[in-house]
Amino acid sequence: MITTTQTPTQQADAIDLMVNMGPQHPSTHGVFRLVIWVDGERIVKAEPHVGYLHRGSEKLCEGENYGQVITLFDRLDYVANLNGELGFCLAVEKLMGLEIPERAERIRVILCELNRIASHMLFYGVYGLDIGAMTPVLYGFRERERVQALFEAVTGARMMHNYIRVGGVKEDLPDDFGKRMTTLTDQLGRGIEECDALLSDNEMFLERTKGVGVIGPADAIDYGVSGPSLRASGVAEDVRVSEPYGIYDMFDFGVPIGANGDCWDRYYVRVEEMRQSLKIIDQAMRQLEPGPIMAKVRRLLRPPKGEVYARTESPRGDLGVFIVSDGTDKPYRVKVRAPSFANLQALQHMLRDAYIADAVIILGSIDIVLGEVDR
Amino acid sequence: MIGSIKGLGVTLKTALRKPVTAQYPAPDKRLEIDERYMGFPALLWDDTVAEPYCTGCMVCIRECPTQCMSAKMKDNPLHADGKSRRRKIVEEFEINLGRCIVCGICVDVCNFDAIEMSHEHELGKYARNGNRVDLPELLDMGKQFQQETGWKPTQAKNIGRVEK
Ligand code: SF4
Ligand code: SF4
Repeated sequence: MITTTQTPTQQADAIDLMVNMGPQHPSTHGVFRLVIWVDGERIVKAEPHVGYLHRGSEKLCEGENYGQVITLFDRLDYVANLNGELGFCLAVEKLMGLEIPERAERIRVILCELNRIASHMLFYGVYGLDIGAMTPVLYGFRERERVQALFEAVTGARMMHNYIRVGGVKEDLPDDFGKRMTTLTDQLGRGIEECDALLSDNEMFLERTKGVGVIGPADAIDYGVSGPSLRASGVAEDVRVSEPYGIYDMFDFGVPIGANGDCWDRYYVRVEEMRQSLKIIDQAMRQLEPGPIMAKVRRLLRPPKGEVYARTESPRGDLGVFIVSDGTDKPYRVKVRAPSFANLQALQHMLRDAYIADAVIILGSIDIVLGEVDR
Repeated sequence: MIGSIKGLGVTLKTALRKPVTAQYPAPDKRLEIDERYMGFPALLWDDTVAEPYCTGCMVCIRECPTQCMSAKMKDNPLHADGKSRRRKIVEEFEINLGRCIVCGICVDVCNFDAIEMSHEHELGKYARNGNRVDLPELLDMGKQFQQETGWKPTQAKNIGRVEK
């Protein structure tokens, strides 16, 4: 952290201490710069600077055909790759009016929910680390590793899967999938309880997170916050429930919401969400029947002319994909409504009047992935 | 206090179980690679006619999202002798594995079973372009992969041998 003096700006009148955090800072989970003006220990104003990880993904999409774009969507939210792929494929399917085989839908649900657990486990681990606890990260990564080992067996890759296709999925599940899943869900169930017992009620953890970084429901909605960060403020909004895509309307699961909208609520909503995801996986596994995994589509996709917007619930929130097609094999324009980017806007609000020591904790609690913020 | 004690209980329980980590570089303690694991792409060798499966048709090259491959095609001398059904055969093939993103698209689009994601994943090199591999190296990777996994062609109709 570097401290510099700066001439008073208009917004921060008579305040002359500016603290610059990042872009190279371990707790920003990427390259992200946060400029904070402080009065003593209190934060007066905070300004997030994004764009350090900008790779021009949206522009790159215009030069790739629809099959190749999926590889780019893997790399947006690199903690929840399958959810990103699903967002894009759903949009193209909506545009083409495709009917997806039942089995493919179920495989997608199972893998995406597993990815949600893996993503929240990563959050759990690094959030402990943000607060200064070393142990949770080891537990979180242990569970995430198990999920990724299964992904490797199914998709061939641990992170950049390129598995979900427009019209279905790439390959059928391996033969021993059922057996591996039983062990995995068992282990995950126990792992989640262990993680919960390790950190959630810890007095020091409660002290640091309860009542910190509060954002009310009205403000959260105004800032466009979505996903677990919004639900922590007490708004029961989940795209899987309010606007079900795929076959999510067939499952019975709860939407956990918080009461206070503080850091602890944002943390615990995610822990609870992992349990709900396990519930969905369990139901989907029981309904899994043999069948086709791919709709009838040509290898070189040429969706009809038109525009489409599809929403999915990624682990970070409401992931929207907007595609303009001009009838060729390459999209004319792709726009991603990245949940992390919108959630990050609320950071200024949460940081106002907080202690500077809590800045890292508040930033960690909204669980941004810079690959998605900067695209 | 109770919360901390609960947490302590979890860590104490952990001390009693076997470690979940593996000793990575030790050859006998590594994690097993799954059958579907996608390492870097490699070209396969057709033992029945002793030539590569690849015809140099450029389909994979056009479909590669990173444009990291290139190939050249030639007339197949074995076809002229009536030994092979492949009219054309690959003459040169190069993949810049340093640019490859291991997406598997080239394998999906190949009509001739000629390319496969091998299990090769440890390719640290000292030179900047040390991972530009040419046809013989790709075939070596492929042969090793075929040996290790007992790979069988799946698109039999396109296989090169002339049926007698
Ligand atoms: S690997 Fe397959 S697709 Fe690529 S040039 Fe060879 S035959 Fe054609
Ligand atoms: S795996 Fe993907 S990036 Fe690598 S050579 Fe094949 S198509 Fe290109």
